[in-house]
Amino acid sequence: MQETTDAQTPGPSARAEAAPLELREVTKVYPGQERPAVDHLSLEVPAGEICVLVGPSGCGKTTAMRMVNRLIEITSGDILIAGKSVNDFKPAELRREIGYAIQQIGLFPHWTIAQNISTVPRLLGWPKERVNERVNELLDLISLPREVAKRYPAQLSGGQRQRVGVARALAADPPLLLMDEPFGAIDPINRERLQNEFLRLQAEIRKTIVFVTHDIDEAIKVGDRIAVLKEGGHLAQYAPPAELLMAPADEFVEQFVGADRALKRLALQRVRDVDLVKVALIRPGEPVAEARAKCDDSDVDLAMLIDDEGRPQGWLSERAFTGERVRKELRSPAEPIIDLDDVLRDALGRLLAAESRYGPVVDARGRMAGVLSMDVISHSLQVPAEETRTGADLVADE
Amino acid sequence: MSLAMILAQAGGGDEGPGCPPAPNDYGTFHDAFDFIVHKRESVSGGICIGGPGELWDLTQTHLAVSFVAIAAAILISVPIGLWLGHIGKGEFFAVSVSNVGRAVPSLALLAFFVAFLGLGFVNIAVVLMLLAIPPLLTNTYVGVRQVDPETVDAARGIGMTESQIVRKVEMPLALPTMFGGLRLSAVSVVATATIAPLGNVNTLGLPIITPQNYGLAGEIGAAIVVALITLAVGLAISAVERAVTPKGLKVAERRTTSRRFSLPTLRRMET
Amino acid sequence: MIDVLAQVQIRERTGKGCVAENGFCPDWIADNLHKYWSPLLEHVWLTVISVAIGLVIAFVLALICHRQRWLTGVVGGFTGALYTVPSVAAFLLLLPVTGRGNNTAIIALTAYTLQILFVNIMGGLRNVPADAVDAARGMGMTDNQILRRVELPLALPEILAGLRIAFTTTVGLATLAFFAGAGGLGENIYSSAAGTGGRFFKSNVVVAGGLAILLAATFDLIVLTFQRFALPWRRAAAR
Repeated sequence: MQETTDAQTPGPSARAEAAPLELREVTKVYPGQERPAVDHLSLEVPAGEICVLVGPSGCGKTTAMRMVNRLIEITSGDILIAGKSVNDFKPAELRREIGYAIQQIGLFPHWTIAQNISTVPRLLGWPKERVNERVNELLDLISLPREVAKRYPAQLSGGQRQRVGVARALAADPPLLLMDEPFGAIDPINRERLQNEFLRLQAEIRKTIVFVTHDIDEAIKVGDRIAVLKEGGHLAQYAPPAELLMAPADEFVEQFVGADRALKRLALQRVRDVDLVKVALIRPGEPVAEARAKCDDSDVDLAMLIDDEGRPQGWLSERAFTGERVRKELRSPAEPIIDLDDVLRDALGRLLAAESRYGPVVDARGRMAGVLSMDVISHSLQVPAEETRTGADLVADE
Repeated sequence: MSLAMILAQAGGGDEGPGCPPAPNDYGTFHDAFDFIVHKRESVSGGICIGGPGELWDLTQTHLAVSFVAIAAAILISVPIGLWLGHIGKGEFFAVSVSNVGRAVPSLALLAFFVAFLGLGFVNIAVVLMLLAIPPLLTNTYVGVRQVDPETVDAARGIGMTESQIVRKVEMPLALPTMFGGLRLSAVSVVATATIAPLGNVNTLGLPIITPQNYGLAGEIGAAIVVALITLAVGLAISAVERAVTPKGLKVAERRTTSRRFSLPTLRRMET
Repeated sequence: MIDVLAQVQIRERTGKGCVAENGFCPDWIADNLHKYWSPLLEHVWLTVISVAIGLVIAFVLALICHRQRWLTGVVGGFTGALYTVPSVAAFLLLLPVTGRGNNTAIIALTAYTLQILFVNIMGGLRNVPADAVDAARGMGMTDNQILRRVELPLALPEILAGLRIAFTTTVGLATLAFFAGAGGLGENIYSSAAGTGGRFFKSNVVVAGGLAILLAATFDLIVLTFQRFALPWRRAAAR
């Protein structure tokens, strides 16, 4: 099973450092076709950043990505990883140094999760103990319980398989990762969660990543830099997401990004970044006098009933304040619940869906942190571009 | 005798006193061809054997018993297969029929029937029919099961009755698989009909079963004819399949397969 | 064998009793069971050798066609043509070429297994999920590694299904092997090896036929059991 000369050496990709990637006038022309699939594409991805290739279908984004690990051969131009051309390596050797995750995931059904994850380390000849260690490390990283290692892909849910796919790509600790619509096959609800988890992961490991997607919203949320490709593999614009939204290079980019550019910027901010409205937090059985004092102190005339842990139970109605102690009389339930870590775009969506101006905001443990109001969101739309940050920045700050 | 003279004398009639003695200086295959083309005296003497006349009679019987058996098998298997496939039940049965059917050697089945039930055309036809049923039944079932359930759903939604769905949607779409089964059956039946003379039904196997009369030349000559007949039956079935398959399916089939011959292919089944 | 056939033509019945009346005679069976042992072994030998050689040849052909896809039609047509020739005819047609005996039978029987094994190996390889192969290539497996570690294991279910069919079919066809001068249970069914004369002595037929069926079932079971052990991931998925 071991393919390298010495099973004791951990292999060249034990480097934990990310590598910068450069595409230099990369072109791909298929024989018999007039127009190139990728046309003189040039861009640089600094080490540790996520570069998203985005565009309509047929724009060559997947082709470009697959040229990096030579699944598709370059017709002209060059691709350099940490300064070395990809053509200087043998294809199989090159690919073992690059992480690869695809939309359909492609787990091997006949191998356990542990065997799947450890594919490349085993190809590189890592010693057994190191392989096992690494598998456990990765399972922890993608927040899956360690007993999953013995199961088979068919026994996992779609979301779990997706995470295993990412773990498999990371297994040999490659300096560069290629991801082709890795969350494409997941339902929208779980996709959001996986994207958040992925960004948290990247904050820890800081790899250079080439990420292909057709979804501009995903690109904005995930990318440090976004390369918008036109049909025929032309680069329309290569810029950080905020710049893309504020200053699209041409009509194509403008149209592709969408008329709701301003709203899209809401994906770049989190609830914790904006000012939350302060409301009275009242426990059942509190003396009414104290409760009233709290209400006077708050920004708006609203009172939230909380339990002993500080978790919101519902908006209090006036009748709760009759008598000596506050009773549990609710005007309306505590909805929609918004997380401190949610992006403003999603929070806005939830407020609109619930037809509510205010939404209780909770922290990671479910305790009340404040109230989000629609006014605050619309105010944040006016913040200038330079002051907005990327999704990855936000996660890194935590 | 030279080959030219042999051919010149080909196809003598049945009447006439005696026939020329078997040639004894031919190579085996040459001798076999001579047997097909000429009458000759039998090995044990006294009877005329061989020649197109007798071979044609034998072929007729061979084809007749095969045809009856296959037709009966179709009449039994196809309705059952279509029905079970349509309602989606009986998978174990449909697949087991084939597994068991494959395990029963044709010779044993024929011997069993002849031993216990006697000789004759009908008995042999029944044996051959039993051999023909498993591939037809299983393939019909599998063919119907493989029809896209959304297509069936759409048909139901338009307002087709169940039997209309079976006749107009499921059966046409299942035809390729069904014809695969038909080929398997036909090859099986025609092959087994060769040993039908053991049950007193004189098919082309007669020279093979009684070489003491027919000699080696007779055995091999008959074998050649059997092989040709089987090929012809296969081609005939292919022709029928082409004629019966709806045009849309043919286009799809052409695009997805790279077969250059339309000889029998076994439809794979997970068993 | 011609002598035996001559015997068959003589429909003499000697003596009286169960045997003479051509009934189903348990006593006779008990007495003569040992006479089936040798034909049974021959039958096993014919089957196993033919399927084994057929598997090797079909495998090589399938691997070649897997790399050079355009050859599939040609090879498929060839194996299909071999399959069409009825077994009895095949045995006889080979006689002048390879003589009487086991080898002739084995050649014909091997030719019959080629079709089903080739079709199933090719089918198995073709049904390997394309995304698994793409992932494997993208991660840095060479073509050989992909074949050995991904494609063949995943094609195994279909290959084993073909193997089962090959075994059962070959057992059946081997009953006719005596036409080529080979041994096997067919001779028992066909002739009255018990020496009592008369065609299709019922007990004989039942025992020999039954043994053949049992043999086929045994091979089937062996492959099925192997399948159980070799494919742990399918067991897990079923749970």
